[in-house]
Amino acid sequence: MKVRVDVMLKTGVLDPQGEAVRHALGSLGFEGVEGVRQGKVIELDLAETDAAKAEATVTEMCEKLLANTVIESYAVEVLG
Amino acid sequence: MRAAVIVFPGSNCDRDMAVAFERAGADVTMVWHKDDHLPDGTDIVAVPGGFSFGDYLRCGAIAAKSPISRSLIAHAGRGGYVLGVCNGFQVLTETGLLPGALMRNADLKFLCKPVHLRVETADSAFTSGYAAGQEITVPVAHHDGNYQIDDATLDLLRAEDRIAFTYADNPNGSTADIAGVLSSNRRVLGMMPHPERAVDPAHGGTDGVAMFRSLTDTLVAA
Repeated sequence: MKVRVDVMLKTGVLDPQGEAVRHALGSLGFEGVEGVRQGKVIELDLAETDAAKAEATVTEMCEKLLANTVIESYAVEVLG
Repeated sequence: MRAAVIVFPGSNCDRDMAVAFERAGADVTMVWHKDDHLPDGTDIVAVPGGFSFGDYLRCGAIAAKSPISRSLIAHAGRGGYVLGVCNGFQVLTETGLLPGALMRNADLKFLCKPVHLRVETADSAFTSGYAAGQEITVPVAHHDGNYQIDDATLDLLRAEDRIAFTYADNPNGSTADIAGVLSSNRRVLGMMPHPERAVDPAHGGTDGVAMFRSLTDTLVAA
């Protein structure tokens, strides 16, 4: 079962990399880019076949390792 | 006084840390990250700088889950002393022993230079060899030293006098210029600058010596 995790900096946490990307887009002539936030995507391939259990397990993985919940939020999506 | 220096794959300041403690009179043991216990009688555990596990996932995140880190957390839980420098500070925030998180430097550049620090409190075994308000010069060498905490935690750190060092000229965007913080029992210190790289005239300065001396004095007396 494939599960996708999106990890993003929490709202309000300054994202220096996203801000650098925003500036670069501006210098390329893309106008009106008011904000860029950069995160990461983690794809997991699990032996688990029960979607609810897979989601619960990956949520625990996020809390323990995949995200730093001091500064990051995460979203778990079971892809099937 | 017995110091244990943890070595992760990718640590690169572990030997400097050992030398700094040895010169201050400590018995030093190097401890590999796969070891599941610290040497008997360990007074202080040092988590050195470097790029543990290649900074994969987040700086310090994988190291914080190493077998030795469980012993480190237990040591701190017993009231043991812990010093985390640079990557070691990142590891300590990832374990939850210290609040906050260290993010990419605000200007996105790797910084490697001497910086001026202000000693904010002399009330700890780490800083009792300095005077509060004293300015010292210690090098930084990091890409992810931008210390971030929320307002409530900042208020708490200030109320409890737990900000150990601040930058005189903030190089990385850290909240409130913070360069180093203490745990609530004042026995765990994490800091981005490298005191162990300022213990010999050949380093270009010796302002780090007072930290290792005061630790040794305090822990021998304990």
